[in-house]
Amino acid sequence: MPNVHDALFRTLADPTRRAIFERLCRKGEQTVAVLTAQAGVSQPAVSKHLGVLKRAGLVRDRHEGRQTHYSAQLGALTPLIDWTSQMAGFWQKRFDDLEDLLNRMDQ
Amino acid sequence: MTEAPAGTRTVVVEREIPHPPEKIWRALTEPHLIEEWLMKSDFKPAVGHRFNFRAERADWKMVLDCEVLAIEPSRKLTYTWNFAGNDPAHRLESVVTWTLTPTSRGTHLRMEQSGFRSDQRQAYGGARAGWPQYLEKLEQVLARVD
Repeated sequence: MPNVHDALFRTLADPTRRAIFERLCRKGEQTVAVLTAQAGVSQPAVSKHLGVLKRAGLVRDRHEGRQTHYSAQLGALTPLIDWTSQMAGFWQKRFDDLEDLLNRMDQ
Repeated sequence: MTEAPAGTRTVVVEREIPHPPEKIWRALTEPHLIEEWLMKSDFKPAVGHRFNFRAERADWKMVLDCEVLAIEPSRKLTYTWNFAGNDPAHRLESVVTWTLTPTSRGTHLRMEQSGFRSDQRQAYGGARAGWPQYLEKLEQVLARVD
């Protein structure tokens, strides 16, 4: 699971790429042209970002004529929002604090 | 875990701790000690006792509704760990079980949390209404990473 997290974090760490992904989440399927108009970077740059998102499983593309349409794949985020991952991190920290306390306690 | 209902998920954290079970038991069951590593609580080591864990910071507050389900002094402690937030997507119903096993170097401490959060259902259903929550949570997670 950590490897899955790493890949998702790396992919979404870039603000421009994250903005593209968020736009697809909010607006649904979009063409590269529409995304470029709103991204503030060149079309090749947008295409490159979309390629990275696609490799991470975060978007899917669909060709129609000369246009490529992209849509968000929310299922790819499941590892990040799974409550068990969040709680595991919570409990690891609590275990650390518990050990600190035990070291300070009298027998 | 074998009898976990469908949809239930489990978190297990375990660690070898160089302290005897009796001492760890105190840290797990005495409120003034619990507060030092977990949260404020009005816990009492009595089956059926209902209590809260409370965490409060300037900009953040959390109250968990709990009930002691089982106690075996210095060996095992089980309580419910339920969160009834205003947002149904954040509700969590779970059971936390602590198991203490003496070892040659101290204690093997195991925490198992089993439960269900309602947004898991939505996640698999892919409900479009749930998407903004995903993004909100994602941003929270990413903020911690940076």
